[in-house]
Amino acid sequence: MKDFFLIKYAPEILEHTLEHLFLVGVAISIAILIGIPLGIWITRQTHFRQPVLAIANIFQTIPSLALFGLLIPVPIIGGIGTVPAIVALTVYSLLPIIRNTYTGITGVDPAIREAGWGMGMTDRQLLFQVEIPLAMTVILAGVRVATVIAIGIATIAAAIGAGGLGVFVFRGISVVNNQLILAGAVPSAIIALVADLAIGWMEQKIKVKS
Amino acid sequence: MSPSTPIAVEFRSVTFSRNQRPLVSNLNFPIYQGEALILLGRSGSGKTTTMKLINRLFIPTAGEVLFNEIPTTEWDEIKLRRRIGYVIQETGLFPHFTVERNVGLVPILERWKPKQIKGRVYELLNIVGLDPKKFAGRYPHELSGGQRQRVGVARALAADPPVLLMDEPFGALDPITRLELQQEFRRLQQELGKTVVFVTHDIQEALVLASRIGLMYGGELIFLGTTQEFMRSPHPESQAFLECLPYLKYSL
Repeated sequence: MKDFFLIKYAPEILEHTLEHLFLVGVAISIAILIGIPLGIWITRQTHFRQPVLAIANIFQTIPSLALFGLLIPVPIIGGIGTVPAIVALTVYSLLPIIRNTYTGITGVDPAIREAGWGMGMTDRQLLFQVEIPLAMTVILAGVRVATVIAIGIATIAAAIGAGGLGVFVFRGISVVNNQLILAGAVPSAIIALVADLAIGWMEQKIKVKS
Repeated sequence: MSPSTPIAVEFRSVTFSRNQRPLVSNLNFPIYQGEALILLGRSGSGKTTTMKLINRLFIPTAGEVLFNEIPTTEWDEIKLRRRIGYVIQETGLFPHFTVERNVGLVPILERWKPKQIKGRVYELLNIVGLDPKKFAGRYPHELSGGQRQRVGVARALAADPPVLLMDEPFGALDPITRLELQQEFRRLQQELGKTVVFVTHDIQEALVLASRIGLMYGGELIFLGTTQEFMRSPHPESQAFLECLPYLKYSL
């Protein structure tokens, strides 16, 4: 029993789990702070919709290991360690958040929006009192997708010395030890599942019946 | 309407085009204070467009619409719309607001005092025949179609606007509820003395509610007059609508 990997590496797993959560937590928070306003902005400035979504899309298609590598020579936001890892994870999380914010807000029943205008609501009042609350489940669904992806990709951050559960995975690969790989992969999968369920539960909570 | 009745809204040579295609053209008519003007027409005849020109959801491509003798383009659009109640088919209620907050929407935007808002909401729910104690805390999805429409009317009346615009508000209701609401609304309109512009494609509804009927066809107003005048109108489109009332042939 003592040799079971989750127990054997328990103190280290805890340490790397916290690193992992820190990387993902900070990256998702930044992505929300950038992505939601950007998603709202392109519902108002529709000619920026295409370019913004296209750029976010391109970020998404860069292989994650390549993105971490590409950031190494970049000053300030690049290099190795925590900062470039957070930058890369943020970049990956943007697309689902921007896209879902945009889709959620443009998906609000036009009759409801028109009723709001017709009654003399300003654009700002309509946005904050009606559109955002009604789009919230869709926006959260975007955050949920982004979070699950980021938890997975964060394991690769170990390649540039940012720590996290990927440390086990890379170490396991280099010494050909499956237990070590699992010590990183299993907790990472569990975190992803828990995050998925938790945000899914929040979505249900705030769902507006109609 | 006698010529001395004040005019609430006036269309002066109004055309509204989208993508070079006129949706309504050359509209010229007054809407008098306190009358119920029914805009009748088929789908796509331009009646909803005409209505949206009044609260400036649309701006005339040519000509002008006067509200209180001032062109809508010179009004602050927010101020203009808060003086015009607006009711649309049942989807217009905010699904995440209670009945109380839906009805109190404009008073809240106008920053009335909370106590005053509550009083007004309760008063209005009583006026439209909903018991405030029972309904104030409910959400739109907990109401029947007829109840939702009553809430819609209450919401439009909240800040006591002199003019009400109604876009097929009773269209989605079952015939019995619809007749009930039509009759109540007619009584209400006469009691409150509101100017009402009401869009419908239902000739029966037009006859129940109208002080005057405006018949629209292909983006033009082809007839405007009282119900009696409408019944005698020889225009083929008027005749086509009257054909929809088979029993009238026997009863008149």
